[in-house]
Amino acid sequence: MGAMKQLELINITKHYPGCIANQGICLSVEAGEIHAILGENGAGKSTLMKIIYGVVKPDAGQMLWQDHEISVKGPAHARQLGIGMVFQHFSLFESLTVAENIALSLPKQGCSSLSELSRRIIQVSRQYGMELDPERKVYSLSIGEQQRVEIVRCLLQDIQLLILDEPTSVLTPLEVDSLFATLRLLADRGCSILFISHKLSEVQSLCDQATVLRGGKITGTCLPSQTSIEQMARLMVDEDTAISKSYPRAEGQASVLVLNQLSYQPEEPFAMPLKNISLDLRAGEILGIAGVAGNGQGELLKLLTGEYLGAAGEIEYMGEAIGKLPPGERRRRGIAVVPEERLGRGAVPNMSLAMNDLLTGYTCDLSRFGWLNWKTIVAHTAAILAKYRVKSDGPLAQAKSLSGGNLQKFIIGREISQQPDLLICSHPTWGVDIGAANLIRDELISLRDAGKAILVISEDIDELYQICDRLCAICHGSLSPIRNTDSVSINQLGQWMAGEFDTETPATPFQEAVHA
Amino acid sequence: MDIDLIQNVLYATIRNGTPLMLVALGEMVCEKSGVLNLGQEGMMLMGAVVGFIAAVTTGSSTLGILAATGAGMLASALFAFLALTLAANQVATGLALTIFGTGLSAFVGSAYVGKTLEGLQAINIPYLVDIPVIGKALFGQDILVYLSIALFFAILWLFNRSRLGLVIRAVGENPEAANAVGLPVLKTRYLAVLFGGAMAGLAGGYLSIVYTPLWSEGMTSGKGWIALALVVFASWKAERILLGAYLFGFASILHLIMQGSGYDLSPNLLSMLPYLATIVVLVILSSHKSQSIWFAPKSLGQPYRPQL
Amino acid sequence: MLKLEKRQYDSRRMALLSPLIAILLTLITGALLFSLLGHDPFNALYTFFLAPLSDLYGWTELGVKVTPLLLCATGLNMCYQAKIWNIGAEGQFIIGALAGGWVGLSFPDVETYWMLALVLVFGVLGGMLWAGLAAWMRTHFNANEILTTIMLNYIALYTLLYAVHGPLKDPAGYNFPESAQFGQYITLPPLIGDYRMNISVLFALLALVICWTLLSRTLLGFQIKVLGEDRAATAFAGFSEKRITWWVMLISGGLAGLAGISEVAGPIGQLVPQISPGYGYTAIIVVFLGRMSPIGILFASILLGMTYMGGEMIQMDLNLPKSITGLFQGMLLFFLLASDFLISYRIIPANKLSWART
Repeated sequence: MGAMKQLELINITKHYPGCIANQGICLSVEAGEIHAILGENGAGKSTLMKIIYGVVKPDAGQMLWQDHEISVKGPAHARQLGIGMVFQHFSLFESLTVAENIALSLPKQGCSSLSELSRRIIQVSRQYGMELDPERKVYSLSIGEQQRVEIVRCLLQDIQLLILDEPTSVLTPLEVDSLFATLRLLADRGCSILFISHKLSEVQSLCDQATVLRGGKITGTCLPSQTSIEQMARLMVDEDTAISKSYPRAEGQASVLVLNQLSYQPEEPFAMPLKNISLDLRAGEILGIAGVAGNGQGELLKLLTGEYLGAAGEIEYMGEAIGKLPPGERRRRGIAVVPEERLGRGAVPNMSLAMNDLLTGYTCDLSRFGWLNWKTIVAHTAAILAKYRVKSDGPLAQAKSLSGGNLQKFIIGREISQQPDLLICSHPTWGVDIGAANLIRDELISLRDAGKAILVISEDIDELYQICDRLCAICHGSLSPIRNTDSVSINQLGQWMAGEFDTETPATPFQEAVHA
Repeated sequence: MDIDLIQNVLYATIRNGTPLMLVALGEMVCEKSGVLNLGQEGMMLMGAVVGFIAAVTTGSSTLGILAATGAGMLASALFAFLALTLAANQVATGLALTIFGTGLSAFVGSAYVGKTLEGLQAINIPYLVDIPVIGKALFGQDILVYLSIALFFAILWLFNRSRLGLVIRAVGENPEAANAVGLPVLKTRYLAVLFGGAMAGLAGGYLSIVYTPLWSEGMTSGKGWIALALVVFASWKAERILLGAYLFGFASILHLIMQGSGYDLSPNLLSMLPYLATIVVLVILSSHKSQSIWFAPKSLGQPYRPQL
Repeated sequence: MLKLEKRQYDSRRMALLSPLIAILLTLITGALLFSLLGHDPFNALYTFFLAPLSDLYGWTELGVKVTPLLLCATGLNMCYQAKIWNIGAEGQFIIGALAGGWVGLSFPDVETYWMLALVLVFGVLGGMLWAGLAAWMRTHFNANEILTTIMLNYIALYTLLYAVHGPLKDPAGYNFPESAQFGQYITLPPLIGDYRMNISVLFALLALVICWTLLSRTLLGFQIKVLGEDRAATAFAGFSEKRITWWVMLISGGLAGLAGISEVAGPIGQLVPQISPGYGYTAIIVVFLGRMSPIGILFASILLGMTYMGGEMIQMDLNLPKSITGLFQGMLLFFLLASDFLISYRIIPANKLSWART
């Protein structure tokens, strides 16, 4: 590996109204080095990467590219310099083909025809082990394949620094291995890689160097191969926060929710049809459904909330066929739901927290005969804010003014305060800081121990292993077999997530990974 | 059926459909970039009145047409500033443009009501124009009709073959992604909106200078709104705009046929026909089962606020 | 130099100020316009805004103009809170007038005020029917309500023309396209003395209060607001978008229909080809200018009512075309939309770092 510094950041600072995103960041990356940027949600990693890529301008500090001081004017300029970035949320146009998408990000000069570009795409994608068909429309690709489009897009531009923002959160374990192989190939050819993540075990296996961010500042650097997971985690969070938590398993009692061969064909053209989903969720247990986005989780959730209405008998709750009941009726029977979209579905961004409390609370006494008593509602909201330690400007604060973690605490608190018998959560701690995530998991476990049934749909495998009593996976709209968590190895889960439901690898006890 | 009647109907259909096609093409480009401009009536009327005044004052229809196009662009620039730069509610802004344009055109044109103008002559291609039934309709029109067809093909080419068309589609589907990729979102949308305005102004000018060479308040009678429905009818694909424009143009002249065939229906009832037709078409094509509605650009009508 | 910066929270103060800024800018532009046309700007503005209100007659005439605006705007507000863009108040107004008028004219010999009540009820029902058509097309066929209501406006207009040229034409009217004059028992009684302002003003105020209560204190009102803010949350909460659509469209159609029948059973006194100088469209401006709040809508109705009277005055005194009314109204809306920008963004000197404030 060359010792030339590919990239150097000196005292980069960026502020937004109300928060310090980056403060005095110093970083250096060598050619061919795979460098991890570690930190909790909200630590400032994404902002820093956006500064390097030119999407955001820093308020102070210098950036040196190959020992020259530069100021990146925008993504196009960054690409000219040889910097490529794959965001967490892809910048792809679903109604266009792969080739068209890539063509749009290439500079206009030297623009080859689409057919010439298609040839190059096939060549490069094969070279790095990421097969792609240039003529396919992006909406027909899986999330993993869409990520490949993003990466190939960067590769076609002869990059010397590739930035990846949380790339593995949308991949199955198999796809993760494949991605790492590609990245090692890239690094061997002299390309530097900035790898943003909060998954410490992955960082250990892939990265040469790591820099840790917390609250916008650097708290330390380390060599992941020589540092334990606990040590890395300790750099990411402050002294008071617990790093690892383990919960005892529980066993379910009476049946609460039964899905009988649930099938559904959505109207929207890009949605995933569900096929014969069956499960039996019991009181006093947490059942987890693993799976990367786009495999039917969203559709399944809508069938459970009542936003989609299917056949009556396919969903049974406490013995009653509820498949055709609208959401209000299901709530009145004791079903509470936390959807994956916090702002803009779970909560209305511009409305106050009190109004958002009413959003699902109207089924429980917050409204009588259609009349609203705002004093009661506001008091109710204030109680939730206090109990779940939600940092806000009070019950009248707008929902969008809360941080992700605080908003999620509020939403979970709102649902639990309705005293449900069944709680369904989708991605409960996604994008949430560790303090809030711990509190949320504690609450879920308490609810379970109080004899309620909980269904968790999540992409976060570590979390699922931490809190679920039973596990399964969803792939292409079908459900894998459901087994006790302790008897499902990570390989097994990976196979289920890839759709291989038939093979059952021998049970080896899974060692709990420390999740930070 | 009377051969002469068919010939006249075809001729009138194409003439009547031309302003619709122009406006619809312009609005389609605008909507494909993600911007919903409901100000068509206002822009058309501004084009009509400015074009008419220019033509009467200078004696040149060509200058009038150019002035009309410019007026439409200017009106749309006002819309673009509010809806794009200031990211205001596009529905309200478009409505404001319609109300303002209607009022301003009535005010400015009040002195010109009753003035006359010699319209554009038809281009009669010799020999071809004498073909029975279709000759006059296809080869005996004025130059703007042929211009509108040329524009139609230009737009087809734009979206099927050119990079600019690709950029417009991308910006319309996902402006955040387009920005991240480095595409000029605001500039592209400005271009699209201004093009739409130019088309609307041109259509208005056509109405007041060529179609019926006169000016009267509100003379577009809802053609701008019908053109908006036309874009939905065409599922945001250029190919269908030609078909739809002439279909609606046909609906507008049905009363000619009725009278020509000796039916005696109240002219007021017959005048309802194009609007009724528009509703029927909208209803059929908008339902989920028809799938047309899925072709709408994903970000249509949503204000885009770039991170400053 | 100056630069734009996004505010952390939407400014409540600006939300109240921006209509005032818009009015001010409109006045300034209006003054400029009058100067350009060769008139003294202050005199012209006085003629436009203040002269019409110089006597009691003027105030009652203002009441005549404000009533339909207030009724229509109150109804439209319900729809716009749900972001259902009902542009059809004009058509609903006309059909209301037609329906009520047709009933009233069909029984010319009845001599009781119950007839008036019946006429008003039919006016409301007519408007509800017209709005209901658009509601049905939206809920059943997903047809965009902006386009359907506008098309219905044109159809309503031609229906009225057809009626006054045909079935409802006054046989004793010298072949003019107008209906017979409304008799005593189907005409709204005046409120003050002999002036044209009638009890429909009270309907308008009552409607304002009822709708405001509905929006702020009932679950339905809450559902309407949620639909306007966030469609996904509406579905998630289990509020039926279809049910909400029907409610707001029927309410606004009914109110517009009431405005229509009140106009023909009041100041106009018969069915004629033009029964509205664009009240249905101006009401849209009233809603936005009034910030979708009851007090705001009341004041905005008054202000825009004044623009109608101003236009008439200007036409009489300064010989300018009456369409100057539409010009002022359009300008107001434009300036309002522009000033609203300052609610979410602020203008600060370019060298000042924003975070220094916190």
